[in-house]
Amino acid sequence: MSKNNSFLTDQKRDARKARPSSNSWRKWIGVVPFFIFALLFILLPSVNILAGAFRTNAGRFTLANFAGLFEPSILSAYWVTIKISLTTALVGGLLGFLMAYSVTVGKLPKAVRNMLMTFSGVASNFAGVPLAFAFIATLGRTGLITLILKNVLKLNLYALGFNLYSFWGLSLTYLFFQFPLMVLIITPALDGLKKEWSEAAENLGATRSLYWRKVALPILTPSILGAIILLFGNSFGAYATAYSLTGGFINLITIVVGSQIKGDILYNPGLGYALAVGMVIVMAVMMAIYYYLRRKSERWLPR
Amino acid sequence: MAFLTLKNVSKVFGNTTAVEDFNLEVEKGEFVSFLGPSGCGKTTTLRMIAGFELPTSGIITLDGEDITYKSPNQRNVGMVFQSYALFPNLTIGQNIGFGLQVRKMPKEEMEKRIDEMLSIVHLEAHKNKYPHQLSGGQQQRIALARALAINPRVLLLDEPLSALDAKIRVELRLEIRRIQQEMGITTIYVTHDQEEALLISDRIVVMSQGLIEQVGTPDKIYNYPSNEFVAQFVGQLNLLPITDVDLENGKCLLAGQEVRFEHTPGRIISESPRLAIRPEELQIGTGEGRNALKGRVESALFLGAVVRLRVDIGGVFLSADFFNERSRTLPHSGDEVVISFPEYSCWVM
Repeated sequence: MSKNNSFLTDQKRDARKARPSSNSWRKWIGVVPFFIFALLFILLPSVNILAGAFRTNAGRFTLANFAGLFEPSILSAYWVTIKISLTTALVGGLLGFLMAYSVTVGKLPKAVRNMLMTFSGVASNFAGVPLAFAFIATLGRTGLITLILKNVLKLNLYALGFNLYSFWGLSLTYLFFQFPLMVLIITPALDGLKKEWSEAAENLGATRSLYWRKVALPILTPSILGAIILLFGNSFGAYATAYSLTGGFINLITIVVGSQIKGDILYNPGLGYALAVGMVIVMAVMMAIYYYLRRKSERWLPR
Repeated sequence: MAFLTLKNVSKVFGNTTAVEDFNLEVEKGEFVSFLGPSGCGKTTTLRMIAGFELPTSGIITLDGEDITYKSPNQRNVGMVFQSYALFPNLTIGQNIGFGLQVRKMPKEEMEKRIDEMLSIVHLEAHKNKYPHQLSGGQQQRIALARALAINPRVLLLDEPLSALDAKIRVELRLEIRRIQQEMGITTIYVTHDQEEALLISDRIVVMSQGLIEQVGTPDKIYNYPSNEFVAQFVGQLNLLPITDVDLENGKCLLAGQEVRFEHTPGRIISESPRLAIRPEELQIGTGEGRNALKGRVESALFLGAVVRLRVDIGGVFLSADFFNERSRTLPHSGDEVVISFPEYSCWVM
């Protein structure tokens, strides 16, 4: 009996030897660049910002930078940035969802889907100076579309109250990269809706809208929430587009941070760092809300 | 008048005719299976009854009412899908109650009905679970309960067992039949599994390439297949080349040996006639009044309850199935054997 047992033990040992170890350090090689980038460009700068937020220009410890966050102009900058981020995340999310719906559930021709996906891939990454210039060239005071509308349709956008260099103008510009991002994120989720679910609902007597309310939307909610938070963050951190378009005319928090860190007149890096910490807190609050809503909406998912 | 009728129903997708001139009458409480290989049009026909596909031509009536172009949510037919199609965001109770909620059934009554349905499928303890917490077989039972909860006029099942493993499949098909008989509900069942169809159906509709090949009771379909397709699709069949066919006297030659057969007048005989005989009709050794063919065993396959011999009859190979009995010594490869069968068990086609 003991002999048999020792034979089994030997067999197990041999089997262990024969199988390559799953804990090999080699499998980590692929992610080394990620960790290097994360360390150099996320972790160290974050630590530097956090430490800088508690220092004066002379390097002494202070809480004055955080006290500065409560100045009316800075609170207003946060508020405007949150408003523009929420607006573009919700409107961009809605537009992107409707477009993705049309090419997936709506069964538009495949060519339209391919076109939309290619455009979205490009447009979601089209931001900064080129995007600002594109909008100035088309919807600026002397932009192409502004002039066409004015001369051909006798529709003077600016006389009607539109202004590219305003909150709504900037929001419109942001939407150019926001809705394509939504299309890219939500299309796979819509593809994941099984045809049998809608057929089963219909077979049980439900209308299309009831199916969407009771089944499809609840299933999509975690994906929609994830996409909206991503769109919010995408807009909240945008700097170059807003700066190029408005030249600081709109009081966005990213522009205020920029002016404190590299500005000639308002140079106060300590306050700039504190503002950046404030942005991290806003995003953390948004993430916490997102996490709460997501937990509530995905109770049915396997854990 | 029949409860469910399909009259000259056809369905064309682009250049492909999925269903052609389909005619069927189903009585109330009857269990009818659509049997055929993939792409034969059985699911398309079922989907036309459910309203998910509209016929290109023809009429479908249910309980005297023309439902051909009625939308699926107004037909009051229950459907069970191959992939269960349970709503993953709803609990088992909510899934079963979905159709009842649509019908605005009072909450108390609805809960009672849900419990009743859960007890029919023996899953009372799972009411508050989500579909992913149940096995495939349990999910399919819930799908069945959900379809039945609305008291449908007809129950449609689209290959409901094909995603399940063999053991569960065997259990569940009997359960489906039990529930159907208990509730007396008219049922259309789509399957490509001939054993399943033979076991649970009152009648079987054998289909191929969009056409009905034969409609009949399971024993009729198996014992009296109307053509070669049905004979080969339902069960195992030896189709052996023959010569010197004498239909009048029911005689022919198989590898030079005489075989007598029963000929049904009107049966269509092909240009190159063949003798059809099921493997289980064959017997080792001779018998009075039986056809006897001399041959050599080419192989013997042990299948558990059955042993399958492949016998070479002068260059013509046939399969013969025998029950495995411990007391019997079965022939081995190379053994000379005599295979016999009664003349009524074979036919020429």
